[in-house]
Amino acid sequence: MTQMPERADFDLIASWVQPGERVLDLGCGDGSLLKRLIAERGAKGYGVELEGAAVLAAIGNGINVIQGNLEQGLAGFDDQTFNHVVLSRTLQTVRHTERILGEMLRVGREAVVSFPNFAYWKNRMAVMAGRMPVSEDLPYEWFDTPNLRFFTLLDFEALCAKMSLVIRERQVLDEAGRLVLEEPNFLGSLAVYRLAR
Amino acid sequence: MAGIGIVTAQCAHFTQPLKLKGGGLLPAFDLVYETYGTLNAAKSNAILVCHALSGHHHIAGHTADNPANIGWWDNIVGPGRPLDTERFFIVGVNNLGGCHGSTGPASINPATAKPWGADFPVVTVEDWVDSQARLADHLGIEAWAAVMGGSLGGMQALQWTLSYPERVRHALVIAAAPKLSAENIAFNDVARQAILTDPDFHGGHFYEHGVRPLRGLRLARMLGHITYLSDDQMAEKFGRRLRVGAGSYGFDVEFEIESYLRYQGDKFAGVFDANTYLRMTKALDYFDPALDFDDDLARALARARAGFLVVAFTTDWRFSPERSREIVHAMVHNGQDVAYAEIDSAHGHDSFLMDEPHYHAVVTNYLKRVTL
Repeated sequence: MTQMPERADFDLIASWVQPGERVLDLGCGDGSLLKRLIAERGAKGYGVELEGAAVLAAIGNGINVIQGNLEQGLAGFDDQTFNHVVLSRTLQTVRHTERILGEMLRVGREAVVSFPNFAYWKNRMAVMAGRMPVSEDLPYEWFDTPNLRFFTLLDFEALCAKMSLVIRERQVLDEAGRLVLEEPNFLGSLAVYRLAR
Repeated sequence: MAGIGIVTAQCAHFTQPLKLKGGGLLPAFDLVYETYGTLNAAKSNAILVCHALSGHHHIAGHTADNPANIGWWDNIVGPGRPLDTERFFIVGVNNLGGCHGSTGPASINPATAKPWGADFPVVTVEDWVDSQARLADHLGIEAWAAVMGGSLGGMQALQWTLSYPERVRHALVIAAAPKLSAENIAFNDVARQAILTDPDFHGGHFYEHGVRPLRGLRLARMLGHITYLSDDQMAEKFGRRLRVGAGSYGFDVEFEIESYLRYQGDKFAGVFDANTYLRMTKALDYFDPALDFDDDLARALARARAGFLVVAFTTDWRFSPERSREIVHAMVHNGQDVAYAEIDSAHGHDSFLMDEPHYHAVVTNYLKRVTL
């Protein structure tokens, strides 16, 4: 949903896409990730985006973008059509969390989900100091944030267990985009998961 | 930026008979068309714009005799406009069965030396596309850079990609549907009944009686017009406002909306041919590319090679966004190239003709991917 020029999670996602695979990017913005997956990985990409300005930009970027609202699910998309369904930094803005995760794994074999970790130590510090966190991965003030859901790696993994989703891989990044190998729920600012049924 | 100025219609005559989907042959026919911009040496920059129910070949610019006779889609065609005539060669054609110069029910039937009238065959979207392919041959255009249309015009753009997959590189399918709903056919039939039951219709042979079924055509247009607008837009534009001196508890024009519809109906009935109207609505009703594929639209569209831009408008209830999404999802299922924009607009089905900046920007941005 938010667009930054170089996004660390894109490197990871790109490394998981094999040539010729079909990718659906939910909340694709101007299509930057898809453009990269098409150019670098030879993927066949589609995007879903709600905002008219982003749809316009994605069309200009040559992307197969479909204007639609994720809150209404992925009606019309057939079962198991995609190799990967990506939801990059958008899950925290979706109201119907379980439904969208279920829909991703209905239309795709794998769901790739990235989200800001609310339990990142700087966020904890901000709350300890009495203020809601504003950071690289949570760049909004509390009063203008599009984020509806505030959750941590542990929260997310508990939901995956509840929904019987298999975590195939998890990568955690700090604010500089470096991989975090220890204490991810404390040192990680952004988490990227590969999920399957 | 100024439009393209004075334009002149041309006429192409075709002597090779055209086989029609409904059976029968049209022995020879004329197509009237206009072109804007310049066909490049590679003949790779041509865009065909297909018209809807009441449209014709005069899309842009104005005729030499009448500066007010501006083309019906002038706001999208011209230098610096989305269909940029500095870059593209645009072709507008009056469809077969039309009443603006191409062979149609009012033309002379060579077999009888009288107007065709009711004997003019019912032509389909497929037939139109076949006839337009003849025009492409005539112009030396091997493949269109794009075929574009709104409403019934969008159906033709879609059909082009199925009838001639190798001859269309992009299709812009706007405010269209893969087939009409029962409700849509119902509206069309009421319109047809208005014409067919007009005493001046004479079974379609009214030309020889020196009359025209103006009442029927007027009613047909009034009904159609209601379905092209949105409730909100009508409320905003007319509300329940009365005309001056109204409130007479009679049946003369009282409300502004009545005045508007009657004016639109009269204007249309004055210039349009009733037999053409009947055939245009039938072409709409019959269009259903999935029919031969067990209603499986994805299978029906699988042979298309073109990239698609599908556009729908939020307040369009005659060709609602849901119907456009059917096309989109069939293409996604097939792994075909498609982009879809759902434009916020208050103008109902007529939105596709409006000069709405975001909508036009979408068309402009899509056409950037057309290589010349």
